[in-house]
Amino acid sequence: MAGKAFQMTKSERAFDIFLYVFLTLVMIVTLYPFLNVLAISLNESTDTVRGGIYIWPRAFTLENYERIFSYTGLIQGFKISLLRTISGTLLGLISASMLAFTLSRPEFRARKFVSVFLALTMYFSGGMVPMYILMRDMNLIGTFWIYILPGAVSAFNVFIIRSFMDGLPFALQESAKLDGANDFKIFYKIILPLCKPVLATIALFLAVGQWNEWFTTYLYNGNKAHLTTLQYELMKVLATTNQGSGMVNANDMAQQMAQISPESIKMAITIVVTVPILVVYPFLQKYFVGGMTLGAVKA
Amino acid sequence: MIVKALTENGVTANESVTPHPPAKRKRSGFWSSVLQQKYLYLMSLPFVIWVFIFSYVPVWGWLMAFQKYKPAKSFSEQEWVGLANFKELFQDERFYLVLRNTLAMSILGLIVGFVVPILFAVLLNELRGSIFKRTVQTVSYLPHFVSWVVVGGIVYKTLSIDGGIVNDLLIWMNVIDEPIQFMAQGKYFWGVVTAADIWKETGWNAIIYLAAITGIDKELYEAAKVDGAGRIKQMFNITLPGIRSTIMVLLIMNIGHLIGIGFEKQFQLQNNLVTDYSEVLDLYALKYGIQISRFSYGTAISMFTSVVSVILLFTANGVMKKLTKESIM
Repeated sequence: MAGKAFQMTKSERAFDIFLYVFLTLVMIVTLYPFLNVLAISLNESTDTVRGGIYIWPRAFTLENYERIFSYTGLIQGFKISLLRTISGTLLGLISASMLAFTLSRPEFRARKFVSVFLALTMYFSGGMVPMYILMRDMNLIGTFWIYILPGAVSAFNVFIIRSFMDGLPFALQESAKLDGANDFKIFYKIILPLCKPVLATIALFLAVGQWNEWFTTYLYNGNKAHLTTLQYELMKVLATTNQGSGMVNANDMAQQMAQISPESIKMAITIVVTVPILVVYPFLQKYFVGGMTLGAVKA
Repeated sequence: MIVKALTENGVTANESVTPHPPAKRKRSGFWSSVLQQKYLYLMSLPFVIWVFIFSYVPVWGWLMAFQKYKPAKSFSEQEWVGLANFKELFQDERFYLVLRNTLAMSILGLIVGFVVPILFAVLLNELRGSIFKRTVQTVSYLPHFVSWVVVGGIVYKTLSIDGGIVNDLLIWMNVIDEPIQFMAQGKYFWGVVTAADIWKETGWNAIIYLAAITGIDKELYEAAKVDGAGRIKQMFNITLPGIRSTIMVLLIMNIGHLIGIGFEKQFQLQNNLVTDYSEVLDLYALKYGIQISRFSYGTAISMFTSVVSVILLFTANGVMKKLTKESIM
């Protein structure tokens, strides 16, 4: 009996060691590429060619960053990316929270219809080509609006917020109603302030989606120099090593500039594109974990 | 993904919560109830129209697949060609190559991309409440937040033949003598895409399973301990069965996405040397539909993808319902 207990703790300990070693390895594999990119971006570009830079720069310099910030395409891209992230997130929050609120009102007569109407969009989509034709027919190609209008209402986000609202005490709304408040007032005075955690989650989803999106620019706005986004600019620069990954719109000045840009410059741009989101996400962690959980446990 | 279950539950849950029987209101006229709920209509109707335009109208555009669409003409002036576009599609050898690539990468992604996050969550759960656990978790989310453009750059860098860490390590460990050209050979492409996806999304996808694990009754573990079950035994006999329904729901959703796996990773990782392995249905539609303005042909491809997705989803749902009593609709 005693022997058996001893054996168990021994195997338990072995399991513990395995667990820590394995998960440490996972962390290293996750983090290494980022550290590598950072190190190369801080290394003198002529020195980088010699290779052998892993997680620490050999010849430290900030010159790469100075050079990329003098590149107007990047500044331009940063502005558009910021603008679409802010406006797209706001629009997405407004639409999702309003729809969620109407769906959380049990007496709303069109509730079932709206609910099914939205849910269906999660299962089918017209596909890339019909969407392209629609955008063309609506004259949205070559405009800023194409970044924020088509995806402004997301059924997924509506249902997450709705399920959070369902968890709020209903008595609050009832008493406000007795006081003569209309539905819109109940929405923004009572319900919205209580929804801060789930709104933070959705805001993060929307912002990340907007900031990281590149295909819309590639397909619709690639030849509009004043509308390209940061991701697209990075893509053009990176494409010069990736043996032209299907880039068709990139025969402009930026492309030529990219052709001569060495490894370190590319990595510096990668850092600039990545950092804004990486700075934010650890602080929002408890919110998005909560938001994801909201779906999981019910399922 | 999991939201469908949410909507169902939401609707029924709400019905039972409603404290006032709406019998009286139902007798009053339609318009008076609209008037009474005018704010609710005002808050939802604009967005319903919005969804109609951007999600439903493109489906109407499927009609183009049966036409010989010319951009300059109006809808009624288009020439109808029946199934000609589909015939051409199903006779194109390239289409079968593309279909093979799509299915290969999605099935690889389904198997690996499904098992790894579950294992990761179960292992992470064994580190109960430590700082180490929180650190691993925070780090594991990180790649989810970067774009496929950035991940594409990182993958090319990591697998490069001059100075890429993977080749350097393999040479250092004497596994290989010469660096492998991972990105220039088609046979590696599916593996590279799957590995990149695992690197990017494992931590994020594990969130749902971790949450489900928290919902398992703690007494079960206590009882198992008394019975002398070790932690590994507990993992297989309590933790995994405990999140079974979450696993099933996500499996159904993933099968629904089998053919519509997207194209972002393939687009960012591909190059001219590997197109025979990297081209998936959406990229095929992009290349042979939009970029050379054969919109009707492209629509036929899009329509094929969407319809097969829905069929797969319903089939998966039906089979799972029969086998395990779990379903999403």
